[in-house]
Amino acid sequence: MSYEFLFASAIGVLVAGGIFLALRARTFQVVMGLTLISYAVNLFLFASGRLVLNRPPIWDKTVSEYTDPLPQALVLTAIVITFGMTAFVVILALRSFLETGSDHVDGDRVPCDAQDGLADGEGAEP
Amino acid sequence: MAIAMTLLTLALLPFVAALAIALLHGAPRAVHSGIAGGASAAGLALLASLAAPALGGDVPLARWDWVPSLGLDLTLMVDPLGWMFGLLILGIGLLVVVFAHSYLYQNEDTGRFFASLMLFQGAMLGIVIAGNVLLLLVFWELTSLASFLLIGFWQHKAEARQGARMALAVTGGGGLALIGGMVLLGLIAGSFDLATILARGDIVRASPLYPLMLGLVLIGCFTKSAQFPFHFWLPHAMAAPTPVSAYLHSATMVKAGVFLLARLWPVLAGTELYTVTVTTVGLVTMIFGACVALFRHDLKSILAYSTISQLGMLVMLLGFSLEAAALAAVLHILNHAAFKAALFMSAGIVEHETGTRDIRRLGGLTKAMPVTAWIATLAAAAMAGLPPLGGFISKELMLYQTPKLVLAGLPWLLPVLATVGATFSVAYSLRFAAHLFAGKPREAEPFARAHDPSPAMWAAPALLTTLAVLLGLVPMLLAAPLVGAVTGAVTGSAPPEVELGLWHGVNLALILSMAAVAGGAVLLWRHAGLLALWERASLPDAKRMFELTLGLADRWTRKALVATHTPSLQRMLLASFAVTILLVIEGALTGGGVLTGTRPGLPANLPAIAAWTLLIAATLATALDSHNRLRALLFVSVIGLVVSLAFAVLSAPDLALTQISVEAVTVLLMLLALNLLPKQPPVISSASRKTRDAAIAIAGGLLVGGIAWAMLTRDPGPSIAAFHLANAKPGGGGTNVVNVILVDFRAYDTLGEIIVLGIAGLGIFALLDTAEVGASGARLRAWRADMPHSPERHPMMLVAASRIILPLTLAVGIYLFLRGHNQPGGGFIGALVVAIAFLVQYLAAGFDWSDARKPFGEHNLIGWGVLVAMATGLGAMALGAPFLTSWFDYFSLPLIGKFELASAMLFDTGVFLTVLGAVMLALAQLSHVATRAARAAGEDKP
Repeated sequence: MSYEFLFASAIGVLVAGGIFLALRARTFQVVMGLTLISYAVNLFLFASGRLVLNRPPIWDKTVSEYTDPLPQALVLTAIVITFGMTAFVVILALRSFLETGSDHVDGDRVPCDAQDGLADGEGAEP
Repeated sequence: MAIAMTLLTLALLPFVAALAIALLHGAPRAVHSGIAGGASAAGLALLASLAAPALGGDVPLARWDWVPSLGLDLTLMVDPLGWMFGLLILGIGLLVVVFAHSYLYQNEDTGRFFASLMLFQGAMLGIVIAGNVLLLLVFWELTSLASFLLIGFWQHKAEARQGARMALAVTGGGGLALIGGMVLLGLIAGSFDLATILARGDIVRASPLYPLMLGLVLIGCFTKSAQFPFHFWLPHAMAAPTPVSAYLHSATMVKAGVFLLARLWPVLAGTELYTVTVTTVGLVTMIFGACVALFRHDLKSILAYSTISQLGMLVMLLGFSLEAAALAAVLHILNHAAFKAALFMSAGIVEHETGTRDIRRLGGLTKAMPVTAWIATLAAAAMAGLPPLGGFISKELMLYQTPKLVLAGLPWLLPVLATVGATFSVAYSLRFAAHLFAGKPREAEPFARAHDPSPAMWAAPALLTTLAVLLGLVPMLLAAPLVGAVTGAVTGSAPPEVELGLWHGVNLALILSMAAVAGGAVLLWRHAGLLALWERASLPDAKRMFELTLGLADRWTRKALVATHTPSLQRMLLASFAVTILLVIEGALTGGGVLTGTRPGLPANLPAIAAWTLLIAATLATALDSHNRLRALLFVSVIGLVVSLAFAVLSAPDLALTQISVEAVTVLLMLLALNLLPKQPPVISSASRKTRDAAIAIAGGLLVGGIAWAMLTRDPGPSIAAFHLANAKPGGGGTNVVNVILVDFRAYDTLGEIIVLGIAGLGIFALLDTAEVGASGARLRAWRADMPHSPERHPMMLVAASRIILPLTLAVGIYLFLRGHNQPGGGFIGALVVAIAFLVQYLAAGFDWSDARKPFGEHNLIGWGVLVAMATGLGAMALGAPFLTSWFDYFSLPLIGKFELASAMLFDTGVFLTVLGAVMLALAQLSHVATRAARAAGEDKP
């Protein structure tokens, strides 16, 4: 068992789970799927610098070997942007649910108000 | 260089004024009109200082590089044609500002009005002094946008919104055609420089692309100048406040098309295609507009159609491709600007003082408002072309030219048709004056209210009418030198001898002119009968046709979209995933090679295998147990934790810190959203669909995992890492290379990223801030808490602990931020930790308590963050270095010792502020909506 195998297989499993969830019909599941795929993408980008133990890219006079810092910089911003994207999509899903009363990704009027706390308000439009 | 500075000031002045007015939005009206008027007057003075060189043949010109690779230069040039139009734009602009100051009602948003007006002035002035055709296009589009704002100024009126939209659609659409035409023109001529293009008329006319280019340019000109069949937007644009109509729709914007025809005369004119097309369109427009104007009832609508007709006459004259006809056009541009602006203002005064613009309800106003009656009647007489007014001279010049062009092989056709047009012009002009001011009042109510306005309001139209009169009485003194110079500039040759006068002896033009006056008088006499005839004929309504066309375009676009995109996200995603997977398989099969490379692996230890097992289990659980959303969220947070650990182990401490803090924020956000979303929706996927999706998912997972494996088992190619590692300390002044890359080597990327993040935060705000109205608001109010709640709303222990933790967490966040340049940390991580510190307060003590004590606004944080980061970059530019060049040095202070100051730190502060603002905005807004919903639910309960 090498780190490389663990890393690559984890990416594969995350992608598989992400694709499966992204193909589901409920917005929250799709958001979850995007989150899993984002993990996989960030890990993949990071892996392009290869896996290195105990050589953080913190410059020091006495150290001569470091891991590649560039993928790390790219992934760092990617993580933060992922948050921005996830937050936006979650809120978009929430707003779309509030507008239509359905959390189906295509906005279909699949009744689901009955099971949960949100019932159609009086002023709600069909 | 003095000329260059004058030109630049002239071009920028209106924009500066617009900005100043917009910034002083709350100031009293006099400030707004003062700035606008002052800027116009200053512009006039600058223009006057350029009169001698501009008209004397030594054209003032200045050029700055803008985008040299596109041939786009900032070239400004004031030749006689540009000078004359500049005079109209600034002079009438000043008068319109004076008029509007009195015209606008008490509670109007004068800041917005005058700012838009000055924006328009700047755009229009830019068109006439642009010396580069691409630059001209920029200003051209800007006039369309500014006029959209001005026509739609009264946003609460439906017809204002519709009129604005129609004007934008027509002139903006024409602008698109013009872009194509101008680019073609530049390519044919080999330059986008106006002076160069104008000198290459023969090359352009000989080009096989000439007809296409001409067609596109003409569409641009005809839409802007409201030529048939694009005329219909102009009457609807009359929903604008009257000063706007007086400015845009008489003297300036609608003349832009005429201006461009005159500007490009040396290149375009002279071919048969040009002559026939332009003359015919102008002639048809002239007759059509005059005919419709006679039967309209709204004063502004009459004037709008008369403008269409007069513009048609100008276009027709330019179409003749004769120097003498161009001269007539130039003179008539001056005349028309003077009398038409005066008439619009008079119509505005009548409406202002009587409360109506319907000519059928007015009449006999001479008694009530004598000053206005004089002004408007004289201006209308000038429009009718009665001697001894300015309009007479230009109309006679026009009629004199008509026999020189043979249309459709019939030598008499053009003179006759032009006379018909002139006859209708006389008729509608006389009707405007007669039905408004002569005779008896038709209705008592408007008449009883009517009175002359204060001189401040009639001063501007009075001045313009005086000019219209003087242009007839002393044309040689007032207009001849200017008209001569401008005609020379239009034709691109030496200025002709100009002979202007009222009396040229009895000739064909005089006879035709007299016939037109007599015919016009007859038409007015029989107006009632003709009107009945006109109204019985059912004529096509241009507005309905326009809306029908738009509706059709909308339907077809929708059809095309549905044909290429299915409206189902699931199906689209399925197709995307499947196609991608097939492409990768295809690539793998044709690429050949082995999957596993030769790079030796790192042996994994037991904790690593345990963490991996956890991650795999959590992923499968998330995918398969996603119906219980709360549980799925917990599984996802486990995955995030393992990913953070992986980063920590694999030499990426910065990533580990970022991931773990993002994880906390994300889970919090999802929890808040989940509170409002349904928790356990019914299962609606069929088993076969699930099997199909699972197959695709497994294929995708295998492929991506395989690619990752193939990559990880091979050595990387040559990397630029060595450069970053070697230069981080000596060049960037920091030992944390990742941070130095973020804030220094690749700071431009980071700047873009924080802007994206800020926009996402603002987008979330927009989505949630408006969630309380309509259907969404009703659902929020009907929301019922459906999760088990703790018996205590804000548990004492949590509240107490969170307050103790706050300063500690803040300190950690700031510490991580400060040390970021040299140790793991930095703006991103610091901001996330600080955000968590605040969010814990929201969690423990509730939204209201925390929000009331929050010392900052999230919007401000985002804005300031981006500004600080930008300012850091611009600071480098101010010091002569490229954008975002960093600077650092070492200092020492007693007690503290040696320390480092780096401009990158300032940039990182911008990152810190933006990230903090965006995260807080998203979460605080969401918790706010949830709180309000919960409160509403609580109030409903007994």
